[in-house]
Amino acid sequence: MGETHFLVHDNADSVGVVVVENAKAGMELTGWIMDTDETITIKANHDIPLGHKIACGDITTGGTILKYGCDIGKVVADITKGDHVHVHNVKTKRW
Amino acid sequence: MSANKFFGYKRENGRVGIRNHVVILPLDDISNACCEAVGNNIKGTLAIPHAYGRLQFGEDLELTFRTLIGTGCNPNVAAVVVIGIEPEWTQRVVDGIAKTGKPVAGFSIEQNGDINTTAMASRKAKEYVQWATELQREECDLSELWVSVKCGESDTTSGLASNPTVGNVIDKLTALGCHTCFGETSEITGAEEHCAKRGATPEASAKFMKTWESYNQFILDNKTDDLSDSQPTKGNIEGGLTTIEEKAFGNIAKIGKTAMYVDVLEPAEAPTKGPGLYFMDSSSAAGECVTLQAAAGFVVHLFPTGQGNIIGNPIEPVIKLSANPRTVRTMEEHVDVDVSGILRREMNIEAAGEKLLKETIRVCNGRNTAAETLGHREYIITKLYRSA
Repeated sequence: MGETHFLVHDNADSVGVVVVENAKAGMELTGWIMDTDETITIKANHDIPLGHKIACGDITTGGTILKYGCDIGKVVADITKGDHVHVHNVKTKRW
Repeated sequence: MSANKFFGYKRENGRVGIRNHVVILPLDDISNACCEAVGNNIKGTLAIPHAYGRLQFGEDLELTFRTLIGTGCNPNVAAVVVIGIEPEWTQRVVDGIAKTGKPVAGFSIEQNGDINTTAMASRKAKEYVQWATELQREECDLSELWVSVKCGESDTTSGLASNPTVGNVIDKLTALGCHTCFGETSEITGAEEHCAKRGATPEASAKFMKTWESYNQFILDNKTDDLSDSQPTKGNIEGGLTTIEEKAFGNIAKIGKTAMYVDVLEPAEAPTKGPGLYFMDSSSAAGECVTLQAAAGFVVHLFPTGQGNIIGNPIEPVIKLSANPRTVRTMEEHVDVDVSGILRREMNIEAAGEKLLKETIRVCNGRNTAAETLGHREYIITKLYRSA
């Protein structure tokens, strides 16, 4: 088994979590979908720090981010597959 | 020793402790100096200074009394010396602790001064330490353990690995007949409907939703922004958590997959519905939450962290685990159990749960946690509102 760079909780999720310390822009990252035990690859558009999220698909402003198969917030700036997803493009729907 | 056994201290009221502290407990902030003087005089005692106890009233005062009395009642405590500025409230704490049957005595400073009070309290503390040090550990069943959980400085690795590891242990211990407890009311926000479904009865679920709604309304009433500077914390955000909803789904992984909570507790309230999982209404700040759980009688705490929260508690040992490979490398001295192998797919949640359970039993048998060894004794009374 080659190195796994990111993990995805649920097959429906919009994002995966980078679990290595060296994910750089331009790298082809290998991801493991834990729910379905599938392997996917995504090219990173940015450097993504350990623990931060990578987009598994394109999502436009106003869309919803799914993680754990659940709604974890709204998109406030357009996201392209492979982007770093964090507080600059996603906000809470609660407070 | 057979599996599912450990060596603990059987107390007068039938509860089992895993530590044997003689506590010097201040009633109020101005009695801290005297308590610390006794703690310094008499080796083997543990003074627990704190910030409050004066001019509180109503529900806030009741919570302080419940916290102080509950701390003294905790089975990790063998005996207690209470010191307060005046005798009446001091006696109220003494009387509350005395119901357990353990040795407890109160001293008050007015008309004595710090020096005479320190002398009198030190003599009593010396007697208690010499008595307590002869108590022996006895074989106990794991089901006699009361185990609390709370996570801190969480990141995305918490939801992926360290929190589900705690959940695996909570499922196992709850099934064995342990009392278990989780809390952090505000931090369930986003996953509150999922959490409501984990009530063992419709009454427990309804009580949880009422408790959560009340806390959430308090936040909505007092917030000045979207709390993105507070919840998630700056540490959470550094670790990759973006929203409270994302944090919440990771948080509730700590209660595993099968355990159902039998009741919802007030802060520092001791459970009364027998073995099982309990939800406690609490702040999500680590020091406050663990202090409340210890005051409710929980004797060992499982604390998953992502970015590296370093909290301990004076009377309830806090076992730290992390799955973040950078945290276990850079903050190794704070981590009792490394479960970062889960992220490398070298270890599954079941194996990680077994590793954590094994370490928990070692700690219950007497092994000091990292936080105990490093001197972390955060004792934080939850203050509900301003004093009079």
